[in-house]
Amino acid sequence: MSMPTTIPQPVERENYLNKEYGVWSWLLTTDHKRIALLYLVSITFFFFVGGFFALLMRLELLTPAGDLVQADTYNKLFTMHGMIMVFFFLIPSIPAVLGNFLVPLMVGARDLAFPRINLLSWYLYIIGGVMMMHCMLTGGVDTGWTFYAPFSTNFTNTKIVEAGLAIFVAGFSSILTGLNFVVTIHRMRAPGMTWSRLPLFIWAHYATSIIQLLGTPVIAVTIVLVAAERALHLGIFDPKLGGDPVLFQHLFWFYSHPAVYIMILPAMGVVTEIIACFSRKRIFGYSFVAFSSIAIAVFGFLVWAHHMFVAGISIYSALVFSFLSYAVAVPSAIKVFNWTATLYKGSIHYDAPMLYAFGFLGLFTMGGLTGLFLAALGINVHVTDTYFIVAHFHYIMVGGAVMGYLGGMHFWWPKISGRLYPEGWARLAALIVFIGFNLTFFPQFLLGYMGMPRRYYDYSHMPEFQVLNVLSTAGATVLGVGYLLPMVYFLWSMRYGKPASDNPWNAAGLEWKTASPPPTFNFDEEPVVTWEAYNYEELDAPHKREVPVAR
Amino acid sequence: MSEHSKSSPLKMYFGIWITLLLCTYITYKAAFVELGQYNAAVALGIATLKATLVALFFMHVWHASEKLTKLVVIVALFFLLLLLGLSMSDYATRLWS
Amino acid sequence: MPDSTLVGLHHEEQHHPELLHHFAEPQQQRDAASLGMWVFLATEVMFFGGLFCAYLIYRRWYFGDFGAASKTLNATLGATNTAVLICSSLTVVLAVWAAKTARRTLLLVSLGITLLLGLAFLGIKGVEYKDKFVEHHVPGASFSFDKVPLPGHPGQYANPRHAQIFFSLYFIMTGLHALHMIIGLGLFLWLLIMAWKGRFTPEYNTPVEIGGLYWHFVDIIWIYLFPLLYLIDRHP
Repeated sequence: MSMPTTIPQPVERENYLNKEYGVWSWLLTTDHKRIALLYLVSITFFFFVGGFFALLMRLELLTPAGDLVQADTYNKLFTMHGMIMVFFFLIPSIPAVLGNFLVPLMVGARDLAFPRINLLSWYLYIIGGVMMMHCMLTGGVDTGWTFYAPFSTNFTNTKIVEAGLAIFVAGFSSILTGLNFVVTIHRMRAPGMTWSRLPLFIWAHYATSIIQLLGTPVIAVTIVLVAAERALHLGIFDPKLGGDPVLFQHLFWFYSHPAVYIMILPAMGVVTEIIACFSRKRIFGYSFVAFSSIAIAVFGFLVWAHHMFVAGISIYSALVFSFLSYAVAVPSAIKVFNWTATLYKGSIHYDAPMLYAFGFLGLFTMGGLTGLFLAALGINVHVTDTYFIVAHFHYIMVGGAVMGYLGGMHFWWPKISGRLYPEGWARLAALIVFIGFNLTFFPQFLLGYMGMPRRYYDYSHMPEFQVLNVLSTAGATVLGVGYLLPMVYFLWSMRYGKPASDNPWNAAGLEWKTASPPPTFNFDEEPVVTWEAYNYEELDAPHKREVPVAR
Repeated sequence: MSEHSKSSPLKMYFGIWITLLLCTYITYKAAFVELGQYNAAVALGIATLKATLVALFFMHVWHASEKLTKLVVIVALFFLLLLLGLSMSDYATRLWS
Repeated sequence: MPDSTLVGLHHEEQHHPELLHHFAEPQQQRDAASLGMWVFLATEVMFFGGLFCAYLIYRRWYFGDFGAASKTLNATLGATNTAVLICSSLTVVLAVWAAKTARRTLLLVSLGITLLLGLAFLGIKGVEYKDKFVEHHVPGASFSFDKVPLPGHPGQYANPRHAQIFFSLYFIMTGLHALHMIIGLGLFLWLLIMAWKGRFTPEYNTPVEIGGLYWHFVDIIWIYLFPLLYLIDRHP
């Protein structure tokens, strides 16, 4: 490619990292890449806060008796774990960090369409985060992250309104990110970058943005209703006053079910990029993978009431939602089959990002298949509110979304930091995460199926559950080590890592055709795209076939 | 708008305005007439007509040079109907047995 | 300056004063801003959609009580406010046209009248709120709705609890709508100042255009709120 990036490197080229220094050059930046790093630091913080709560819960469950914490403390632990992990880690994780960094680079733009709104979205996230931390430190919330009415509106005496406001504000941050992506993808593509040449990472983020834009406002207004109800006892969700608590669940899950796809779709995008690169093949069935992202975004809105089968919804409605929940598995399965077909006869390289992608593939498939169990009315009723549910959604959110996030962080770390991470350590960490994850959550499937309810801090009446709980806690410890390792060696590599070339993986995609790290305006001259996405056959064509992927 | 800048759109704007005011008057008056269950249908029908006029002509969806604007409107309405339709279908069928 | 952030049109550069560095040409910037506003309005549809959903479900459940409660609203003031907003939509569309065709006086007058009509709307709304307050129809501890006849059922009275749900939704829906009006007034005040400074030209008038989109949207919400809240079961 006749790209300007083949210029021999001087010692330190000017890039987005070294262009300006000082706190204000970061806090007032409108550069999408710097904002991505601001997000990276903030979501990492919240990830470890949420993880800390998870660890405390696992420690409590080590013994059947409730001996480490009191019941109400335990309620607050799982609530704050859920709220922080969902709203302050998982939802912003891939879009706000990798998406922010990569969407303009991948479409060949100089920045997102609205750079100031992008910065505003980070500040909203931080304001929401500070409110959530304040809420947590001054008492927390004990309702579970779903804050179901009427418990949240009439009975609990914890800080529902403050937590709700924190989520409201963070929700607007999410909306603004989605708005920026949609407009950028429509309006800022480089010449020649047609829709069918877009990386599938972009398609996935486009689909994610649709959900963020159309789902988030509904939970925002639900929070308004909850806050008003709590303040004035209006009766909107209170059966004593003629209201309907199930209405709360409808409104809540209208957002919160699609929110699962906000978490998983970007991870699917990441994995698509990684699998194509490390199989050195064009992705199998490009348009199917692209449109399945959109299909997931749309179908994701049609299935919410499968969270409510035991809540008292009409049986006819439950039948329809059960059927639709099966339907949403189709586009997900299309993706899995296409990834597998891409691997077929590929020249596969087992570098760390690919290990995470493999982990994603297996764990997401397990999470998805157990999701089909839950779409079935009968099994759903049997396992509702047991550890089966907990295991199922952790397979999707941790096994899926977090694996994708870590894989993406490794894959693009050379681009983000300009340095290579230590490959050996990274492979080890990927292995530890995979083992730790399965050890933590597979026993929970068994526990749930045997009937252990979720959100219990004391199971002394059922001591036979202890073996599996001990396994799960042991796994959580391993998993914790697996998560700490990348943080350590990423930080280490920023100073001691080998400088990365512009394209260390010999990967396709516009983001690899500019410098590592990229200059402030991404490309020295506006790129013109003349090739199809994932042209690995061309990249490797005559003489490069022997060149292995860089370490 | 550029292809329309020759002929002044003022006549159209005032025409829509008068129509909207008339519709408001009709809604108001019709509400006091006994129409049974059609009262709601008339009120919402006229409201939809008014909203459509505002969107098409005041917000220029009709003359939008791009299909994208229309697409955004359709997508928003589609998801709104999903929310209303699927949740209300639960309430409508709860008492069937 | 949230307005300019929203619109995304502040400037640093010299030559094309309104063209931001990351856009290739003014047309791209215009299209981006316009699409951005449309997408934002789609989220607003869903924001109000949640409320409409709750409203429609309870209206179906408690139709009689909702009708009785709705009858206590002042339909004439509601209709007047509808007309006020429709007039303001006309002045907004005139303002957009004036900005595109470089009619400075018309632009300033239209923006000014829009502001006045918006204030009139809020004033009338305030009068209505005050009436409800006096009648103890504001949900909460002092709410009372005793012995209000159920329309169509002589001798029966509306259930005060169900009426309270109506008034809760009434205040939340019209309150959030009023909040949008207030934001719109801020936006239009800023547009008026910019227009006074002569910043809008036939080449550069995107803020007027997308500010107008926002205003029309708020108008459309009211077009639905009026019949849904005021005209449930009016006939004798």
